Amino acid sequence: MRRLRYTAVLALVLAMVRPAAAERLVTSLSNYRVSIGSTFAGADLVLFGTVDRDAGTVARRGGYDIVVTVTGPRQPMVTWRKERVLGVWVNAESRTFVDVPTYLAVLANRPIDRIVGPELRRRLQLGLDNILLPQDIAGDVADVVRDDPFRMAFVRLRVEHGLYLERNNALTFLTPTLFRTPIPLPADAPIGSYAVDVKLFADGAMLARESSAFELYKVGIEQVVASAARNHGLLYGLSATAFALMVGWLATVVFRRD
Amino acid sequence: MQIYLPIAELPVNMFLILVMGLAVGFISGMFGIGGGFLMTPLLIFIGISPAVAVATVTTHIAASSFTGAITYWRRRALDPALALMLLTGGLLGTTAGVWLFSFLRAVGQLDLTIGLSYLILLGTVGSLMVVESVRAIIRARQGKPAEIRRGGSHTWIHGLPLKLRFKQSKIYVSTIPVWGIGFVIGFIGAIMGIGGGFLLVPMLIYLLRVPTNIVIGTSMVLTLITMAFATIMHAATNHLVDLVLAMILMVGGVTGAQFGSRAGQRIRSEQLRLLLGLLVLAVGLRFAFGLVLQPEELYTVRAAEGPL
Repeated sequence: MRRLRYTAVLALVLAMVRPAAAERLVTSLSNYRVSIGSTFAGADLVLFGTVDRDAGTVARRGGYDIVVTVTGPRQPMVTWRKERVLGVWVNAESRTFVDVPTYLAVLANRPIDRIVGPELRRRLQLGLDNILLPQDIAGDVADVVRDDPFRMAFVRLRVEHGLYLERNNALTFLTPTLFRTPIPLPADAPIGSYAVDVKLFADGAMLARESSAFELYKVGIEQVVASAARNHGLLYGLSATAFALMVGWLATVVFRRD
Repeated sequence: MQIYLPIAELPVNMFLILVMGLAVGFISGMFGIGGGFLMTPLLIFIGISPAVAVATVTTHIAASSFTGAITYWRRRALDPALALMLLTGGLLGTTAGVWLFSFLRAVGQLDLTIGLSYLILLGTVGSLMVVESVRAIIRARQGKPAEIRRGGSHTWIHGLPLKLRFKQSKIYVSTIPVWGIGFVIGFIGAIMGIGGGFLLVPMLIYLLRVPTNIVIGTSMVLTLITMAFATIMHAATNHLVDLVLAMILMVGGVTGAQFGSRAGQRIRSEQLRLLLGLLVLAVGLRFAFGLVLQPEELYTVRAAEGPL
């Protein structure tokens, strides 16, 4: 904790000492509010950005690298493993992941292990292998080893559903300082607030970071139905029933044969 | 055309759902059943979570059984007193069923329970129906008259106390088995997302000896009220009823049922029972494979019930 504070103070001092020498990131999203209507079948957002340099900025021999991490709303999740019990496959063991992102995208211009070293990757939680996925283990909350079968299965299933993704070539530099990346949102992306974290690297060190956010929300009848179902369950059930009865009655009128 | 389902939280093809509604409606009209035992598995197979499928199908069945109940009411082919008695047990059963449903969902065993219940129930009922109808067909081929089911024979059920006379059905039975049957139907209906018509009809005929012409209408009334109640309960406690999905299913279902009932009148009743039996058995077997074969994916991820 203390070390962290020292580092923060040091960073602050450094920032004040040479404000002109550092690069700055300027980014913009194509859309800050993404609406889910009745025809929603996924969306592709685009993040644009530029590395802002000034006269005092030193030249970077290896060029710039960018890693973008998009984190969806957090939620506790359970991973179940089936086992054979008396000839039938049943959910036998489970692990609860405490407040993990429901959506996670890691987008970079080249493989992350070539951008930064393992130590910094772990510290900055870069990539699906390094993201913190704390589990509730008998009351204790801790992240487990990377090759824990439940953690691996969790990440694999999220990747298969398109809700977790890591793309090493998604981000492209249009000029040495201007870049863009698509952020693919699948159709079943959960609603809520998404944090976008952009990190700039050169020669294996982080130079700058920038964060923004966008919102995924339901509109129209989807929104009305979803919020009514959640907030006014009883009323919702009553109207669903009334509606069912109406349809049933209408059918007898429409198809009456006499 | 893709449409986004607000509660199931996934997009589906609207026409696929409509066609499913029509097809199940056709079958349900043909056999005089609610069709929940077909609709729920179909929804699960296209990727809707079992919990949402079960809760939503209850709404769909409420609509289709209301159509049926009105039709039978016009013909006076139902027994309101018997329906009311069954209902007393049915509502209790539904409450218990929805409670167990929530509990199983919390401990992660809902899918297994739904699968096992379908396997056991459909396997048993399907086999019985197939055997019974094949016998009836053979008997008809040999020119023997159909077996007379309704006789004066009394079983232990008729010895129970708290007897009541049901005028319309012309029976005099204890209310205990009536309540019991209602409870069982309400209970499994809430857990499995079925109206239970295909169980209730034989139970009323064989156990309570209710005349066949009264049975279907009475069972429709019971199904209607238990399913309407289950919809309200599922919506109030688990927030799982998808109205958009239910709407499409209902429109397809009630339309299909009209054509199905006309088609059903052209087929002989024992052949109809054989077809229904085979269908029930097939759905049961599909669940059996799902439970016994090693799944390709051993792991599943789902949202935990947490603060939202």
